[in-house]
Amino acid sequence: MIANHGSNGHRELFIAPGRVGLWLFLGVATMVFAALVSAYIVRMGSADWHGLPKPGLLWVNTGILLLSSAALQWARLRERQGDSTNARLGVIAGAVLSALFLLGQIWAWGVLHRLGYFLATNPSSSFFYLLTGVHGLHLVGGLIVAAWTVRSPERFQLFVTYWHFLTIVWVVLFTLIVLT
Amino acid sequence: MSLHNNHGGFWTKYIFSQDHKVIAIQYTITALLIGLFGLVLSWVLRLQLGFPGSFQFLNPGSYYQILTQHGMIMIVYLLTAILLGGFGNYLIPLMIGARDMAFPFLNMLSYWVYLLSVIVLMAAFLVPGGPTGAGWTLYPPLSALPNAAPGSGWGIKLMLISLVIFIAAATMGGLNYVTTVLQCRTKGMTLMRMPLSVWGIFIASVMALFAFPALFVGGVMLLLDNLLGTSFFIPTVTLLGQQLPREGGNPLLFQHLFWYFGHPEVYVVILPAMGIASDLISTHSRKPIFGYKAMVIALAAIAAIGFIVWAHHMFVSGMNPYFGFFFAVSTLIIAIPSAVKVYNWLLTLWRGNIRFTTPMLFGIGWISTFIIGGLTGLPLGNVIADVPLHDTYFVVGHFHLVMGVAALMAILGGIYHWFPKVTGRMLNETLGKLHFWVTFVGAYMIFFPMFLLGILGVPRRYFDFNILGYLPPQTGLLNIVITVAALTVGAVQLLFLGNLIWSALKGKKAEANPWQATTLEWQTPTTPPPHGNWGAETPTVYRWAYDYSVPGAERDFIPQNVPAPALVGATRIESTL
Amino acid sequence: MQATLTSLVLVLIVVGAVVLVASGIWWFTPLASNWSEIDGALLITLAVIGIAFVVLNLFLAYLVLRYRHREQGRAQFIPDNPKIEKVLIGVTALGIVILLAPGLFAYSRFISPPRDALTIEVLGEQWRWSYRYPGPDGKLGRANPKLISPKNLFGIDLSDPAAQDDILSYTELHLPVNRPVLLHIRAKDVLHSFFIPSFRAKMDAVPGMVTHYWFIPTREGKFQAVCAELCGIGHHRMQSPVIVESSERFQEWLAKQPTVAATVKP
Repeated sequence: MIANHGSNGHRELFIAPGRVGLWLFLGVATMVFAALVSAYIVRMGSADWHGLPKPGLLWVNTGILLLSSAALQWARLRERQGDSTNARLGVIAGAVLSALFLLGQIWAWGVLHRLGYFLATNPSSSFFYLLTGVHGLHLVGGLIVAAWTVRSPERFQLFVTYWHFLTIVWVVLFTLIVLT
Repeated sequence: MSLHNNHGGFWTKYIFSQDHKVIAIQYTITALLIGLFGLVLSWVLRLQLGFPGSFQFLNPGSYYQILTQHGMIMIVYLLTAILLGGFGNYLIPLMIGARDMAFPFLNMLSYWVYLLSVIVLMAAFLVPGGPTGAGWTLYPPLSALPNAAPGSGWGIKLMLISLVIFIAAATMGGLNYVTTVLQCRTKGMTLMRMPLSVWGIFIASVMALFAFPALFVGGVMLLLDNLLGTSFFIPTVTLLGQQLPREGGNPLLFQHLFWYFGHPEVYVVILPAMGIASDLISTHSRKPIFGYKAMVIALAAIAAIGFIVWAHHMFVSGMNPYFGFFFAVSTLIIAIPSAVKVYNWLLTLWRGNIRFTTPMLFGIGWISTFIIGGLTGLPLGNVIADVPLHDTYFVVGHFHLVMGVAALMAILGGIYHWFPKVTGRMLNETLGKLHFWVTFVGAYMIFFPMFLLGILGVPRRYFDFNILGYLPPQTGLLNIVITVAALTVGAVQLLFLGNLIWSALKGKKAEANPWQATTLEWQTPTTPPPHGNWGAETPTVYRWAYDYSVPGAERDFIPQNVPAPALVGATRIESTL
Repeated sequence: MQATLTSLVLVLIVVGAVVLVASGIWWFTPLASNWSEIDGALLITLAVIGIAFVVLNLFLAYLVLRYRHREQGRAQFIPDNPKIEKVLIGVTALGIVILLAPGLFAYSRFISPPRDALTIEVLGEQWRWSYRYPGPDGKLGRANPKLISPKNLFGIDLSDPAAQDDILSYTELHLPVNRPVLLHIRAKDVLHSFFIPSFRAKMDAVPGMVTHYWFIPTREGKFQAVCAELCGIGHHRMQSPVIVESSERFQEWLAKQPTVAATVKP
């Protein structure tokens, strides 16, 4: 890596570029989900919109995702304390819980499928698959990048921030789905 | 990777390079080639309109396919890519004194993903049914339904997939440009000392980051409507006598998503062009840009207001008519910062010492074409005046002049200006001037008459005008004149490409700073700059980017990295900031 | 030389543009509706931008000639001048108010149809326009896109008594002169846009929605409606005659057209 930032030493409040880049990306992702949610709300107003059965599994999944965020947060704090053994434990817990969440989401798709709610059945089901799909892809993308960069403590910190963001996004989407 | 790894061999040096300059050249060449293709498509369109019925290989279906591809290629794959991926990549690190982008690997990836999007786009020409002919705006239901428009099979799917890939590339690039400007400026390079090129590209990148997600979402939903039978945008429709199993969808929802992206996209193209033009005009008239601070504020204002004007594209779309009041007012407010920029370019020339180099000619061409292109946006933004003009040739003339011709004036001027730094050789000036004059005068001949056709009420996107009962008899001749002008302007672009290739190999050797410019990219220790740009130390900046003709100074320019013994110019501007 | 050439070309472009406009060959079609307000707002806008175009380009021509490069010369160091900037912003804002204010007033009239207007339904499909007039009851019957079939091209809801006396025209739009008309615009398949250049009005036809505009035909004669929104390979052929005639002749014509009760079967 070319030493790009050496000459920035003169500035007092220097933020690592990775951090700036991540926050910008969170802005971009926020726009994606904001556009989806707006489209959802507009489309919801049409006469052909029917409610969707909400598998109880979704509540479990939400709990799992919250736990994965918590585990990763714990790992991040341990890491900062220099306690790498426990940090690793937290990362493993977080990874397992994340995988469980993704499996749970796919399972929820299966449940809806068996109830006869396919992608094109009703706009409510179309949006359900779309929202969960886009959110899931963001998780999978995050995991792929994480597998690559998790060894760097600095980047691990960023990854945890990203994960919290996706957890918050899911809570918002889940609330929207449950309420409508 | 160290500073001196240029021994990595051919592949890492020229192909999978992480050097922002190599990536910039890759972006530029790819964009110019696909742009050349888009240009050739426009010749076919003009041949049909100038000489209707003379070309057996053309039918309405293929005409609309070519029309659609021409629009999308020019706006997204040429203009956006060359301004951000080409100029942004080359100029940002050099102009702010950085060694490279903040994320060089992501930068490289951005180019390869862009190339993939271009390949997917081009693949549409080879698939059964050909590319989509639903218009570059891709409005459903036409774009979403089977057999509604030409290319409704594979064509539209590849178009949408290509756009999604392009958005990924643009996002990777945008994250880089914004982060680099914020975090990698060299010592002394405060934000208010940055050249306007960097400001334009920076603000445009921010806009691109926050506008493209709307197209991404709209595109994915449209793809699902097309591919998997959902009804996001499709209401109950009867197509070709068959009622389709869709209901309840909202075509206007797509238009909102599209223009929420589409209008900022106009500024994604125009803001970098404004920045580049500002630097061309200032450098070659040997005078500081007039009202630098006002120029920066105007860029930011245009960007901010640019996010709340999108529905002026939808005044007669059937949306709630009361929205018209709001969007007309917001749209016309944008005219004020845009006008400020025009005044400031003119006032930069005022009492200047104008050198008629090729880049300067393009700078002057930019001012003139931006004036006519920008002004003709006012009737379209003034909601009631838009009612007769909407979707007529008036609109075609307007957007071609403002974001086609004017933006190209800045791009071409920029290429003539920075080519010596990129290659170490000068472009041929005689060919350059010929290129300018034919392009500039030709552009007026092509697009000015379109305003009159629009006022007359000739709709756009017509394969021929045979049914229109109200055309004066001379209209056929006018269309021939436009076509001949278009072909001539097109031919001279080929001359330009020849000039690029010939000069890169055989052109006159360039000095390090042939235009005697102040900005940092001209102060590199070697030309072209190596990977890492600077020698042992990155430069230190002592002054703003426009110390031209400072009273009392020995020469008529003072580079930004020259320390300041209390000079009038530098101190004066510091005190105003 | 360069400076003179540049300056000259800029002047010639302005002259050429003015001559082309002044030739009047391509200009508004003669107005045939009440919307002189639209023409007025548009003309004011065109005048303002026309003046700006001429003045700014001639000023540019002057600058490049007057301040061309001189070997001994030097530019003046003028980084800014807040006073000039403020004046220019003021002038621009004034110009915008001048062109926008009458436009907004005209627009508010354009979107407020009078109550006594004759309501006519316009239906767009690939690639023709059809029309439905209310019968003696003065009311259009309900329609539902789901009911569209080869025997019921408008999707008229036959259970609605108001629908029975509706009158259909599959070819031409006839209008009585000097009577306000409110169009209800629908589309069957994709987007279209119902544009009558001589009336200055257009509005998209959107499937799943009914859109509107109104006008008063002020001149008898034959005009043309065209499609102004890309709708597939027949877009450039999608048109329809618009015939404005006296009230008596309009009623005569209407009486000869088929009614829903007589022609539409479920």
